[in-house]
Amino acid sequence: MIAVLFAISVIVFVIFNVIPNSDPALRIAGKNADAQLIENVNEEWGFNDPLPVQYATMMKKVFTGDLKSYQSQLNVDEQILDGIPVTLSLCIGAAVIWMSFAILFGYLSAVKAGRFTDRSLTILALIGISMPVFWLAAMLLYYLSFKVTLFPTGDYVSLAESPLDWAYHLILPWFTLAVLFIGFYSRVLRSNMLDSMNEDYVRTARAKGLSERQVRIRHVLRNSLIPIVTLFGLDFGAVVGGGAILTETVYNLQGVGAYAGEAIGTLDLPPLMAVTMFGAFFIVFFNTLVDILYAYLDPRIRLA
Amino acid sequence: MAPPLLQVKDLRVRFVTEDGTVRAVDGVSFDLRQGEVLAIVGESGCGKSVTAQTLLGLTRSPNARIEGSVRYADRELITASDEELRAIRGEEMAMVFQDPMTSLNPVYKVGDQITEQILAHSNVSEHVALEEAVRLLRAVGIPDAERRAGDYPHEYSGGMRQRAMIAMALSLEPKILIADEPSTALDVTIQAQILRLLELLNRDRGLAMIMITHDLGVVAEVADRVLVMYAGRIVESGTLDEVFYDPQHPYTWGLLGSLTRIDQPHAEALAQISGQPPSMLALPEGCHFQPRCPHRFERCMEVPALIERDREGSGHSDRCWLDPDRKRELRQMGDRIGLEVPAA
Repeated sequence: MIAVLFAISVIVFVIFNVIPNSDPALRIAGKNADAQLIENVNEEWGFNDPLPVQYATMMKKVFTGDLKSYQSQLNVDEQILDGIPVTLSLCIGAAVIWMSFAILFGYLSAVKAGRFTDRSLTILALIGISMPVFWLAAMLLYYLSFKVTLFPTGDYVSLAESPLDWAYHLILPWFTLAVLFIGFYSRVLRSNMLDSMNEDYVRTARAKGLSERQVRIRHVLRNSLIPIVTLFGLDFGAVVGGGAILTETVYNLQGVGAYAGEAIGTLDLPPLMAVTMFGAFFIVFFNTLVDILYAYLDPRIRLA
Repeated sequence: MAPPLLQVKDLRVRFVTEDGTVRAVDGVSFDLRQGEVLAIVGESGCGKSVTAQTLLGLTRSPNARIEGSVRYADRELITASDEELRAIRGEEMAMVFQDPMTSLNPVYKVGDQITEQILAHSNVSEHVALEEAVRLLRAVGIPDAERRAGDYPHEYSGGMRQRAMIAMALSLEPKILIADEPSTALDVTIQAQILRLLELLNRDRGLAMIMITHDLGVVAEVADRVLVMYAGRIVESGTLDEVFYDPQHPYTWGLLGSLTRIDQPHAEALAQISGQPPSMLALPEGCHFQPRCPHRFERCMEVPALIERDREGSGHSDRCWLDPDRKRELRQMGDRIGLEVPAA
C-alpha cells in the first residue's frame, strides 16, 4: 500500500513538472511580475531546489497538513477535509442506488435471459453506460429542476442540518453518478449468473427439491456476487477519492472531486497532489477491505 | 409381484440446438422395483445421464422436448408441474452426481447444504435439521462428523465429498437413489468404498437404485439388472447374469470384451470396438450400431425392436436381428466374449 501510494505520488509530481506552462512561480507572482519578483517567489517557495528535494518537501507537507495551494494559498488538507462530507454523502448514496439497481436488473436480466425483459434491460444498460455524465447531469437539471421544478438545481445541505433536505438535494446527483455503474454492473452480474446457472452445484440444488427462487438466490446469485464486490471496491474507492469530478461540478457540490477539478483548471499542483494521494489511498483502502470481505464471501480463499 | 416403484415407458428426450435436433434419449423403457439395483451402462454421450436426470425433470428447459411416461407411485412425472416435481425431488427420489468436486456449492458449509434440503421439505427447526445432518454424515462414514459439518466443501477430500453428497441424498429417506457415475471421479480405493456404502444402503434400507456408469466392474459388483444403452436407445436389457454371461447384442460383446476379467482366460490383447460412437446429430439409419458392427447384414438397415429373442418370458431382451444361435457361435472369439480381437 505504501509502495503504491509512493509510486503514484512520484508519477503525478513528475508529470506536473514536465508539462509546459506549469511554472508555479509565474502564477503566484501574478500577471505583471518582473523577473526579480519571480526569483523571490522561486526562492521563497523552494522552486529552485532540485526536484527530489521539492518532492520530499511537498510530501512532508501533505502529511503534516502544511501544504498550501499555489493559487489560493489556502491550506490544501483543510480544503479536502471540508469536501469529504459532501463527497461521502454523494458517493455512499450513489453506491447504495447503483448496487441495488444493478443487482435487481442483473438478476431479472439473467432470469429472463433472451426474453423481452432481458432485452429491454440490456438496451437500458447500454444507454446508461454510453451516456456521458455531464450530458446526463445537464439534461436532468434542465428537465427536472428547471422546466419542471421537481428538484433543486444543486447545492448541498448538510445531513446534520436537515436529513430530508440533504436527501432531496442529492437525489439527482446520486442517480447521475449511479447510472453508469448500474448499467455496467448489471451486465456483469447477468453474465456471471448465466455462467453459474450451468454449474453442477446448481443442478444439485434443483435435485434437492429447492424452489426455483431459492436456487436462484441462494445458489446462483450468491456465487455471482463475488466478482461484483471486487469491481465495487475499486469503483467506490475511485469515486470517493475525487472520481466524481463531473457530477460534483455540474451540481455545484463542493466535494473533493470539484476541488480537484478546480485545481486541474489552474494547474495547481499541491491540491492535485493531495487529492491524488487521497484518491489513491481510498482505492487501496477499499481494495484491502474487499479482500477481507472476499474471505467472507468465498470460503475457499480463507486462511486456515 | 408388487407393482414396480418406478415405471418408465417410451421416454424420449430431444434437444433442439442450432445444429439440429439431438435425440438424446429415444424410446427408453424400464421398471424399477423396491430394493432393486438397476445399472444403465454405455459410452459417454449415449443418453444415460440424460435419462437419469429426466426422471427428476432436471433436463427441463425451453429447448428440450420430453415425451413418454415416467410413473412414480401413482404420479406421472413427465407432465407434473414444477411444484409437484419439487416435492418428489430429494424426498422420494434423490440424486448423486458424477463429480463431487463441483456438485457441492463452494460457498456454503457442508452441513448447511444438507440442512437446506431437510428444511426445504419438512417443518423442523434449523437446530434439529443440523443434528440430522451430522447424524447422516456420521452414517456415511465421515469421521468427527460434528466438526466436519461446519467445514466447507474444499476442506473435504473427493471421497468425503461424495459421501457428503450421499448423506444429502439420503437425508429425507428417499425410496429411490439415482447415482450418476458416483465413483467415476474418484480414486480406485475410494471408488470401492463408495460402492460398498451404496451396496450397504441398498441391503439395509431396501433402497432402490439406478446406477449410471460406464464401468462394467461397478456393474458386476452392485447391479441386479442391467440396461445397455447405445446412441439413445436400449440395445440390451436383462439380469446381471444374463447380460454378463449370455450377452445378446454385439455392442454388449464389445463392452464385455474390452474388460479384463479374472474369471476368464487372459487374452493377448483386449477386444475393442472399432470406430467412434455416432454423432447424435446424424445417427445412422436402422440399428445405430450397424456401422461399427462386424456382423451386420441387410436387415440391419431396419430398426430392430427390443424384444426377448433368446428365451421368451425371460425378461432378457435385445435389439439385434441376428439369430440367437448364430450369435452364440459368433461371439466366442478365442475363448473370450468379444467383438473382434485386433490382429497382434
